[in-house]
Amino acid sequence: MNLAVRCQSLVKTYDTGGQKVTALNGINLDIAAGELMMLVGPSGCGKTTLISVIAGILDQDDGNCEVFGENLLNMRSRDKLNFRAHNIGFVFQAFNLLPALNAAENVSVPLIINGMKRIEAERKAITILEHVGLGERWKSLPRQLSGGQQQRVAIARALVHSPRLIVCDEPTSALDHETGHNVMTLLKDVALHKDRTLVIVTHDARIFDFADRIAEMDDGHIVKVKDTR
Amino acid sequence: MNHIALKMLMGDKGKYIGIVMGLTFASLIMTQQPAIFTGLMSRTYSFITDVGLPDIWVMDPKVQFVDDIKPLQDTELYRVRGVSGVEWAMPMYKGLLKARLFDGRFQACNVVGLDDATLIGGPPVMLEGKIEDLRRSDGVIVDIDGATDKLGKPSSIPGGKPVPLKIGDSLELNDLRAIIVGIAKVTRTFQSQPVIYTTYSRAKSYAPKERKLLSFVLVKAKKGQDLAELTTRIRESTGLAAYTQAEFETLTYEYYMHNTGIPINFGISVLLGFIVGAAIAGQTFYNFTLENLRQFGVLKAMGTSNWTLLRMILLQAVLVGSIGYGLGVGLTALFGYTMRNTILAFKFPWQLLLFSGAGVSLICIFAAIISIFKVIRLEPAIVFKG
Repeated sequence: MNLAVRCQSLVKTYDTGGQKVTALNGINLDIAAGELMMLVGPSGCGKTTLISVIAGILDQDDGNCEVFGENLLNMRSRDKLNFRAHNIGFVFQAFNLLPALNAAENVSVPLIINGMKRIEAERKAITILEHVGLGERWKSLPRQLSGGQQQRVAIARALVHSPRLIVCDEPTSALDHETGHNVMTLLKDVALHKDRTLVIVTHDARIFDFADRIAEMDDGHIVKVKDTR
Repeated sequence: MNHIALKMLMGDKGKYIGIVMGLTFASLIMTQQPAIFTGLMSRTYSFITDVGLPDIWVMDPKVQFVDDIKPLQDTELYRVRGVSGVEWAMPMYKGLLKARLFDGRFQACNVVGLDDATLIGGPPVMLEGKIEDLRRSDGVIVDIDGATDKLGKPSSIPGGKPVPLKIGDSLELNDLRAIIVGIAKVTRTFQSQPVIYTTYSRAKSYAPKERKLLSFVLVKAKKGQDLAELTTRIRESTGLAAYTQAEFETLTYEYYMHNTGIPINFGISVLLGFIVGAAIAGQTFYNFTLENLRQFGVLKAMGTSNWTLLRMILLQAVLVGSIGYGLGVGLTALFGYTMRNTILAFKFPWQLLLFSGAGVSLICIFAAIISIFKVIRLEPAIVFKG
């Protein structure tokens, strides 16, 4: 199996007002390249902490997390930024589009971060927007788009720089059933291929059918990994 | 990323205008109040500047500023004329006399007596009449502001504006008739008293009888004569005080600076303006950053470095600072232009632009620094919080 992510004995503890809360308590998880892995479980079980560590935006206290063979904890800060900028795409529950930028400008942000010229980046962004069905709306500001359209812009932003890993945090929870279904179809059809891995945190049981595997978490542990293929 | 920074800044028009307005206010206060202060202080020596022609002013050594008249004997004039390097030396009378007006009221006036033969030291600009008309019997020249306002004839309408004096009208100075033969434009003085020019001999007749009535000796140096050397020579050979025009202006200016409450009063206004401006602009800019923290978090998560975010915030601060500064300075200039013909003192030298520019820069740097700290400490994992 060609591994995208390998987590071994991951531990992460938060200090909340003098009280220690263990969010990850010895997590072991392998995610294959080209796989759509869903992390599910009750609130506070550690799902978001786990994808934050996998995405390299949070450091674990103990254990090892390798993404495409790179140990992010050992990386220098600048290298980690570069790694994220080139290899990771993000899709958020609240879309997190920059409200002052139009759809094309929002989608072009990862390319600009990677050093591409603005004009070229926006041209490429419009092409990606066409792939997600929003080619006509590239000039629209986020507030002029529906929730589903905003999430499609966010997906285009996560795809535009061709990352090898896309992490999604509750991508459908702010959307109605039909729109959520459409967004997941889009993610599976456009985002997923043999060299790109998707890790999705969700509560939404209606989208479990899209997963290749589902890892159930509880109290900082992975209690079960179910293969749904 | 600069483009993104600017779009983020201007995306919320209300907040953007709020930050710019805060900085405009700070810049306005930091230029307008010092401009009024500078204008007021320049009026303390405006009489010296107006006289213009002489290189050196000679006076009693105890004189502290231009209106602190300690008269000399007329013979001092001849002693000064005898100093080598002096091209010419002319007498000048300057004193505060009460003028009896058309309707019987009295008004204190600055009476200036000029050398009868040369009329050196006269008003800088004649609006009506000629300075030579002072040689006519009982002739005096009054300044336009005095003629229009304090010396004006009462209006026929109760509460109406005074009727300006014109050539041919008369006043009484120390019970002696003074006929207006000219109207001049002079720079307003600190006390804003009307200025009346006449000849030296006539001024002496208007003044209360005293043994000494010579206020100043105005000296022109010979061509090529070093002024510092000449002032030293005059001091040594006459025992009088001798100052170049610039030195006398400084002496007067410093007297007011050290012996009046004006600098501290204006200093407090400027300081308050700075603090209020800094508080408004700093707070609004900081709030702007706080509200955009999630957006900065998203950029950070996507791989934007702290250095790039710092540059983005600095760019935003520089932009709002420049616009606020420009608007504030522009409003101050407009204020000065609008008030140019009023009693308000206003002077806007280039140094004030530097001063307020430095003030606004400090506010922006302060606002940017507190915002930058917040963004640098920001955990990018914030983006996954609902």
